[in-house]
Amino acid sequence: MATSVLDHAGAVGIHAEKTGLWAWITTVDHKKIGILYGASAFIFFLIGGLEALIIRWQLMKPDNNFVTPEFYNQLFTMHGTTMIFLAVMPLSAMFFNFFIPLLIGARDVAFPRLNAFSFWVFLFGGLFLNSSFLFNAAPNGGWFGYANLSSKQYSPGLNMDFWAMGLQILGIASLAAGVNFFVTILNMRAPGMKLIRMPMFVWMSFITQLLVLLSFPVITVALILLMFDRLFGTNFFVPAGGGDTILWQHLFWVFGHPEVYILILPAFGIISEVLPVFSRKPLFGYTAMVFSGCFIAFLGFGVWSHHMFSTGMGPIADSVFSLATMLIAIPTGVKVFNWMGTTWGGSIQMKTPMYFALGFIAMFIMGGLSGVMHSSAPADLQQTDTYFVVAHFHYVLFGGSIFALVSGAYYWWPKMFGHMLDEGLGKVHFWLMLIGFNLTFFPMHIVGLEGMPRRVYTYPAGLGFESLNRLETIGSLILGFSFLVFIFNVIKSALSKVPAPADPWNGATLEWSIPSPPQEFNFPSIPTVHGRDPFWEEKRARGGKLPEPARVSGAGIHLPDPSYWPFLAAVGVLLLFIALMHHDSKFGPAYIFAAVSVLFFSIFNWVFEPFHEG
Amino acid sequence: MDAHALHPATSTGIPNRKLAIWTFIGSECLFFASLISVYLVYRGKSLVGPYPAEIFEIPLVTVGTALLLFSSLFVVLALNGCEQGNRKKFLGWLAMTILCGIFFIGMQVYEFTHFYHEGLTMQKNLFGASFFTLTGFHGTHVTIGVIWLISIFIEGVRGHVPPAKALNFEMSALYWHFVDVVWIVIFPVVYLMNK
Repeated sequence: MATSVLDHAGAVGIHAEKTGLWAWITTVDHKKIGILYGASAFIFFLIGGLEALIIRWQLMKPDNNFVTPEFYNQLFTMHGTTMIFLAVMPLSAMFFNFFIPLLIGARDVAFPRLNAFSFWVFLFGGLFLNSSFLFNAAPNGGWFGYANLSSKQYSPGLNMDFWAMGLQILGIASLAAGVNFFVTILNMRAPGMKLIRMPMFVWMSFITQLLVLLSFPVITVALILLMFDRLFGTNFFVPAGGGDTILWQHLFWVFGHPEVYILILPAFGIISEVLPVFSRKPLFGYTAMVFSGCFIAFLGFGVWSHHMFSTGMGPIADSVFSLATMLIAIPTGVKVFNWMGTTWGGSIQMKTPMYFALGFIAMFIMGGLSGVMHSSAPADLQQTDTYFVVAHFHYVLFGGSIFALVSGAYYWWPKMFGHMLDEGLGKVHFWLMLIGFNLTFFPMHIVGLEGMPRRVYTYPAGLGFESLNRLETIGSLILGFSFLVFIFNVIKSALSKVPAPADPWNGATLEWSIPSPPQEFNFPSIPTVHGRDPFWEEKRARGGKLPEPARVSGAGIHLPDPSYWPFLAAVGVLLLFIALMHHDSKFGPAYIFAAVSVLFFSIFNWVFEPFHEG
Repeated sequence: MDAHALHPATSTGIPNRKLAIWTFIGSECLFFASLISVYLVYRGKSLVGPYPAEIFEIPLVTVGTALLLFSSLFVVLALNGCEQGNRKKFLGWLAMTILCGIFFIGMQVYEFTHFYHEGLTMQKNLFGASFFTLTGFHGTHVTIGVIWLISIFIEGVRGHVPPAKALNFEMSALYWHFVDVVWIVIFPVVYLMNK
């Protein structure tokens, strides 16, 4: 693949590790891009968390006026949008970037510059969305932007323009990354790495990319129509002009339901890597895991209307979508039983990643069960728009996705940064997070069934919501504090500089066969794979633990050159959307023309840049 | 296989960029499927005219459709010429493809202007909104395709697209076919089923 002899002088110099701002801006190294994704997404995660804490502070007591109703609308909208598009998705992208090439035995992704472009567009999209706070115009119509609440008539400010355009920018980043990783996984596998031997994280990521590729175009269209309504006065979602507001819900949820699997499937993948390693057993039911993942994704496109039972679709549609939704419990159940089967009879090592992985299984089962409750249309009609729904999706998104992402962070941290996180602090983090999480979200089931509506900035005294809401707020503070422990752990381990061995956990997959952190070229020579747990098999064949792999010179290994055109093209995308915000100003057309020029100029230079794909 | 000799071996044997353009096209299918669905959902739902049957000029659009269909044949011949190293065949048919594309865009610009003078705007009714959005995005795709093909043509004239680099051209050709196929759906669904 890439061990060809270099055809120009100064070859060794190319592989000197580069640092400094310019090196990060021009990097096309999937590992650096992964770290950029992780760092940005974690900051957005903290912002989204802060928004959640303000929400909880407001709801701590009845008739509170800590924030205004208007600001409360902005808080819950930005909290949802941030956590989904700016935290969980890019945190998964961090693992895609850093680990997919390592897990399949490749030197980089298929399109390193496109990868950089995806990251910069994502970052600019996130900054664009959050910049709305500076104009006191943060999105305020919910993360689902229901028409015609989001139309010009009911949202006259710039708020929902920021939302629609911000999501459009983020969609471009996701689609570019989707194409890139789809091709990378199909085409860049090391010799012997057949599809049915791929690590489960790679499989789940592959399915996730398919979901991204097939669902994001739909939200793109929905957002285009909304933007046309808002910017140009069309009537797509304006009932007075004949428009149908329910069409928005259909388009949104045709995207929105696959989106929840985009959020959870990478988490399934991480758990399926962590559990075998800390149980010292291969993943139980590998093939069933692959096919249940495919089945979940397939069904995921046929259940969108279970978000819309309350719109009155009629008994036939309600029944079909109820049944399809219940069906999803089967492949998901298969996964849960396989995870338990993996630990069954294993030699369990209770390290921090394992704590979070086991926590994930327990919390995710609870979220899954309340999900099955929603699949029944009559029950859902009672639960719609109550805190019961909030409890459900936090159990799957926080108890599921975030627990798994944190598990992955503790598991792969030594590989990414070359030093271990502290085990003791990690366990403190786990227990605080588990307790805080359940204190925050479990009572929401109860207040939800008692009728407390979501998205309302306060509640009157005397309805029996007070004590449980106070408990939730206390829980949320514990939850927030648990992440301070994590940050402290990160800082402590960075300062202590205790070097991590290449294989601290007795790992099964290829990334543990190379030094921590990996060298720029990943593998001195591309490995050949003979089975599903290639590194375990190699260790067994060579009689147990292997000597620490040496850091070697990369001379003769051809890597892609750094490039600043992806960054500039991403700037062009950002400028285009800023220009669209000003389309009706005096210089509107000029702004748009200038932005398109920057974009085209960057793309042409990108295409014609002498560049070796490695 | 000559054309792929310069590319590193991939697990599937398909060059990365070719797989990527197919993947992108797969994703674009959902984009146009959504736009066409929106058009169909709003078919016959306009509160005021002009309505489709009053305003469409089927003969003109038929000519445009034919041009686009033939351009797909031309681009195949051009790619064949490129792969054979037959410069005349490559550039000749590519020029024909580009001309067809430009005529199609011209047809659409004329049609849009005509509709505008007839009183059909995006703001007028749901037909105007969904029609201009669907065909406008298709037209944008055609325009990007024409720019892409012109870039390939200039590179070809400069001798930068030898048979070994035919994939550079093939990617734009695949995209061009896709844009054409979308129109094959739009033409009957929008223009012929116009009641």
